Amino acid sequence: MSDVFEPVIVGFTCNWCSYRAADLAGTARMKYAPNIRLIRLMCSGRLDPTFVFKALANGADGVMITGCHPGECHYLEQNYKALRRFHLMRRTLKGLGVEPERVKLVWASAAEGAKFASEVTAFVEEIRALGPLHWGKALGNGSTPNVAEEAVGKEKMEVAA
Amino acid sequence: MTKTTTNQPDGQEKIGVYVCHCGSNIAGMVDVQQVAQWAGSRLKDRGVVVARDYKFMCSSLGQELIEKDIKELGLTRVVVAACSPHLHEKTFRTACERAGLNPFLCELVSIREQVSWVHTDKVVATQKSQAVVSGGVERVLHHEPLEPLTVPIHPDTLIVGGGIAGIQAALEIADAGYHVFIVEREPSIGGHMAQFDKTFPTLDCAACILTPKMVQAGTHPNITLLTWSEVEKVEGYVGNFDVTIRKKARKVNVEKCTGCGICQEKCPKKIIDDVYEAGLGYRKAIYTPFPQAVPKYPVLDVKNCIFFEKGTCKACQKFCPTDAIDFEQQDEILNVKVGNIILATGYDLFDARKVTNYGYGRLANVFTSIEMERLTNAAGPTNGQIVLRDGKTVPKAVGIIHCVGSRDRNFNNYCSVICCMQSLKFAHLVHERTGATVYNFYIDMRTPFKDYDEFYQRVLEESTLFVRGKVAEVTDAARLPGEEGKLIIQVEDTLAGKQRRIPVDMVILSTGLEPRRDSREVGKLFGISCSANGWFTEKHPKLDPVATMTEGIYIAGCAQGPKDIPASVAQGAAAAARVLGKIQQKEMALEPVRASVIEEKCSGCRICNNLCPFNAIFFHEDRMVTEINPALCQGCGTCVAACPAGAITGTGFSNEQVLAQIDGLLLLNVGDEPIPV
Repeated sequence: MSDVFEPVIVGFTCNWCSYRAADLAGTARMKYAPNIRLIRLMCSGRLDPTFVFKALANGADGVMITGCHPGECHYLEQNYKALRRFHLMRRTLKGLGVEPERVKLVWASAAEGAKFASEVTAFVEEIRALGPLHWGKALGNGSTPNVAEEAVGKEKMEVAA
Repeated sequence: MTKTTTNQPDGQEKIGVYVCHCGSNIAGMVDVQQVAQWAGSRLKDRGVVVARDYKFMCSSLGQELIEKDIKELGLTRVVVAACSPHLHEKTFRTACERAGLNPFLCELVSIREQVSWVHTDKVVATQKSQAVVSGGVERVLHHEPLEPLTVPIHPDTLIVGGGIAGIQAALEIADAGYHVFIVEREPSIGGHMAQFDKTFPTLDCAACILTPKMVQAGTHPNITLLTWSEVEKVEGYVGNFDVTIRKKARKVNVEKCTGCGICQEKCPKKIIDDVYEAGLGYRKAIYTPFPQAVPKYPVLDVKNCIFFEKGTCKACQKFCPTDAIDFEQQDEILNVKVGNIILATGYDLFDARKVTNYGYGRLANVFTSIEMERLTNAAGPTNGQIVLRDGKTVPKAVGIIHCVGSRDRNFNNYCSVICCMQSLKFAHLVHERTGATVYNFYIDMRTPFKDYDEFYQRVLEESTLFVRGKVAEVTDAARLPGEEGKLIIQVEDTLAGKQRRIPVDMVILSTGLEPRRDSREVGKLFGISCSANGWFTEKHPKLDPVATMTEGIYIAGCAQGPKDIPASVAQGAAAAARVLGKIQQKEMALEPVRASVIEEKCSGCRICNNLCPFNAIFFHEDRMVTEINPALCQGCGTCVAACPAGAITGTGFSNEQVLAQIDGLLLLNVGDEPIPV
């Protein structure tokens, strides 16, 4: 155990599809890597980029965002907005010198428990290959780093534009 | 990022943590006692005053435990670590409410579906549970007491689609004493069922059982029939929908029209009827689709009318005994206010031309199932004679191919449900009326439900031949003696284990059901979603099959997925019962997960204005601030995430709540302890 790097991943799921996919994975007793800890949002469109940067800044090695499939959003089209922000977040991360692959977007419907489980396990392996982020430590664990706040501010301007 | 000072842990909050064993479901993989002890000691600084584990938290004894602690220890927040919030969030919120605590000060975190059931290492699962509990504790500190919003329910109902599901729903609601508007885009209600001859498995005549219901709907004092009409716009929310309906010009004054039919008789223009007669028969330019149409008033097909083409004719007007023809009539726009909406928009048939190897459209004597319905119908183009395309030859051998366009990864993966029974019905009717040899080519025979398999047995005994295998090709290229002038069905008989060529005179393709071609646009109009295939998505596939994710919008019949007549009727009645329940409540409580604007912080940048798909966001030009209508807001939070000024808050999912939960999940709140896993 001690030799292998065990990443910590924060997962943001939408209430309607992907959280239910996670529920289904549980009900069907599908096994996946325990490294992910989930936060339920009403919609992937609720995902404020701040959440992602804060999670990475405070010790998470990766962030997985899950939402309804395109065209199946419970709120009609808000997952497209999540998709838009996702690409901007990855670009911002790159600008900050962090591997953009640390943030992943997965579509999973309420029926796709198996997909949810396999995506989590695959993502854990991808992050394991990237190694620890150590962003939190480098910036002083516990406090919200300015760099993340600046990044978020900048990104919001881009989203607005 | 804005830091709020409200509800920050200041020693004032008293949190109770309750860890459920769920028998061995959780306790088998998570050391629940350790999780509770850990929470009680390590999260003491965060306000946890009591942490317990219990065998079944959702049992009445478990709930009483929480209630007792709230009363005796003065808990101000509750965290329950148990199953998914989709299962028992309401249970624990209600328990808190009974003890006098606002139900929204309770947080349920899942350590069953998201931990014990999906992980295999007890140590790791226990550590993850601790992190999850810690996330819940941090989050619950930022919860705010909320009151549900209540909205009044308008007692009128709109039903879109006048097929059997819509008619059933309308009659149920109208009989209960409430007003219903049926909007139907064809000239008559009745839907697909009005085209059928017999209905399986009892072989009831479709018209005999349907037309009385159509007449009932047409004459019911509580039902307003709006045929030849379409919904153009839907605004508002549950209980208070404003619907704009376009009533297309019939060019017939229904006040004067008696439905005598002379206009149809005299109209000189004959047009192939692609809709009702499936292209096998003719109608006139002014027509009712079938004699029993409800309402009885005809419509004038402007595109095909000689008067509108050439400026002369007016035969219908000249002969109309009541002077009811009105060439000047224009479309009418109606606005109605309704509390609930039922969508029963039905299905379209799969276009059999797409399966080119079956030759439909190329080989004359290949028919689709709907053409067959018209051929067998006594009121159809052949008066019920089953004959070839030439209109006179009676077939001696008929092949019925199942699953055309269904259960086929080239077209639709799903099973269309009705095709097996429909094919058996055709087999019986062909056998009965022509004495022909009938072959059924099937992949699997699916005859569930009451009396269906008995019907299958009956058809088997009638010496219909069954070949198990997917037909490769239907061709007219004769290769062997006896194949000349025939259609040859090339098929692998998977039970006999060999290739067969079976010559027949007539081929019937049991075409599958597909969502309406415009189902996505209709879904968008009413604010509901479609599955990947295009069927409307129900709220829960098992436990809530007629409600949708949008409050106040219900679905019934084939719009939700392929189904037969009994199931469509049952869904129509079920949707009506749900609507009646809503109407009886007179007002309803909405989940208070809503976004709201803090006016002092709003800079009027309008970034959020275009993000809302529910049009809940209004901009006040005079004050240059944005406002959100809480009754229209569905609580997705997209605007909250987008506001660069942090001026929009989302109750239940505020920035503070989520950010605190992140800290909790990453165990930043427990001091220097290294992050486990």
